[in-house]
Amino acid sequence: MAAAETPELSAEADLSEKTQPSTLRLVLRNKAVFWGGLLLLAMVAIAIIGPFFTVAPTEQNVMSRLKAPSSAFWFGTDFLGRDVFSRVVHGGRISLVVGISVALIATAIGMVTGMIAGYIRWLDAPVMRVMDGLMAIPAILLAIAMIAISGATLTTVIVAITIPEVPRVVRLVRSVVLTVREEPYVEAAIAAGTRLPFILIRHILPNTIAPMIVQATYICGAAMLTESILGFLGAGIPPEIPSWGNIMSEGRTYFQLTPWIIFYPGVALALTVLAVNIVGDGLRDTLDPRIARKMRA
Amino acid sequence: MLTYVLKRVLSTVPVMAIVAVLVFMLLRLAPGDPAAVIAGDYATAEDVERIRTQLGLNDPIPVQLWHWLMQLASGDLGTAIFSKKSVVELIGQRIEPTLLLSLCTIVFAVAVAVPLGTIAAWKSGSIVDRVVMLFSVGGFSVPVFVLAYCLIYVLAMWLKILPVQGYKSPFDHGLLTFLRHMVLPVMALSVIFIALIARMTRASVMEVLEEDYVRTARAKGQSEWKILIHHALRNAAVPIVTVIGVGIALLIGGVVVTESVFNIPGLGRLVLDAVLARDYPVIQGLILFFSFIYILINLLIDLSYTLFDPRIRY
Repeated sequence: MAAAETPELSAEADLSEKTQPSTLRLVLRNKAVFWGGLLLLAMVAIAIIGPFFTVAPTEQNVMSRLKAPSSAFWFGTDFLGRDVFSRVVHGGRISLVVGISVALIATAIGMVTGMIAGYIRWLDAPVMRVMDGLMAIPAILLAIAMIAISGATLTTVIVAITIPEVPRVVRLVRSVVLTVREEPYVEAAIAAGTRLPFILIRHILPNTIAPMIVQATYICGAAMLTESILGFLGAGIPPEIPSWGNIMSEGRTYFQLTPWIIFYPGVALALTVLAVNIVGDGLRDTLDPRIARKMRA
Repeated sequence: MLTYVLKRVLSTVPVMAIVAVLVFMLLRLAPGDPAAVIAGDYATAEDVERIRTQLGLNDPIPVQLWHWLMQLASGDLGTAIFSKKSVVELIGQRIEPTLLLSLCTIVFAVAVAVPLGTIAAWKSGSIVDRVVMLFSVGGFSVPVFVLAYCLIYVLAMWLKILPVQGYKSPFDHGLLTFLRHMVLPVMALSVIFIALIARMTRASVMEVLEEDYVRTARAKGQSEWKILIHHALRNAAVPIVTVIGVGIALLIGGVVVTESVFNIPGLGRLVLDAVLARDYPVIQGLILFFSFIYILINLLIDLSYTLFDPRIRY
């Protein structure tokens, strides 16, 4: 590609690179984001690669039940003699799957709804009233209730965590759309007779991307926390799956005896969510200073 | 002023109606048959049918919705399937611990977070500021039950200065016993709240400190202390109070978890017991009750703005 370009063009590209560093470089220049991102990468890598090197998380060893952390069992064992380290490593996969799925689904639904509410005037009030109502319902209670009725599976847990997250995305997208729709280039597009779907996708959508990425990271972190709370309360992912919440839920009974069963998955979860949140803050500061000010205020 | 208050109070009615419809629809549209869930794994088809009739699940959805809304309009949140008690009565029996836990948490969180946030804004960029900011990011990253267990481990099991769990009513056991049992749950529950309020306080005080009237106050030799209290905090109050209202949602979720960890017999435990027993009307009624509380608190906060900022007139 570069070889085919004329010398003048590549010189110009160099110049623009110097005056305006790439977004990625800008984001990484923020020290907190660099370390947060590194931590997050490490957690993701452990979740992806780790399970290939540990014993099966369901392997029971009755001879070594409730053992303290040692060189044989790094994080100790639980009441069935299962290796807590292996379970924590496997649990990372579940948490990440839940976090990423919820972030993607909530953002997708919220984006479409928010664009419609923001752009089509007569739909604005009814859609936003429903969103206000949804925001008033305590998220965790709603999730517990929906899972109790539908039965606990990975899918129902993801859906139940997603629904309460949608209104926040809708509000954000709508507010962006409301400002963008008054811009001259949108008016020009309307005057030129551009069709509505095309205006939305070509002119409105790109403006929502930056705040959406930021919002999606926060949702990802919040969803991982909610998943662990649901699991801990015994209302989440089926107990045979070693999610972080489930491991901690099983550790409850023996807490006075073996606190590490709650401690290690708790630390893993906190570190992962912390990394996600730090990256989110950094993205917010870099991608969208306007939103940054609004969100801080 | 009075007209505005009246208008604002009335405007919550449609929101509550929407919430009632949403709760109904979400729980009814969720795949799965509540009657079968209630009846349990060993139920016969007749059992399930009997429960369906009892709950009115055989009626068309709009009819069910209408019954539900009419029932709510008369102040009835439903009746428990097993104990046959009304949900309102159940709430009355369990509300004391939850109310006291929430109040203590809000008071403690505000008492810690507002000074912390103010100092962080005043000494922006200092070590205090960095610690407060780190705390406010960290507070959102640790689930409340992990915090609770860490606190139990250190303060109750290791140092043995506080009870591990339980609830002692101040009316039966005296204030001191009550407070001793409240320290750990309140600390665990308030961390996320402190993080939220401190961050908001810092941001809004920082904004105010850049205003002209603060510079004027400094120029006329006003002490920094007075500037912070009289000028900065007072003008930063509205966003801080608003975020407390938003935080109520976090608090409600946290209460359920905290009551479970510390074995406190409040509304959160009532919800979990209802979920375990599959007592469908109780779950539905309680979710609605909590939503209404959230709406009402935010209404009160809205109306309180004029107290904090005389410029806001209705």
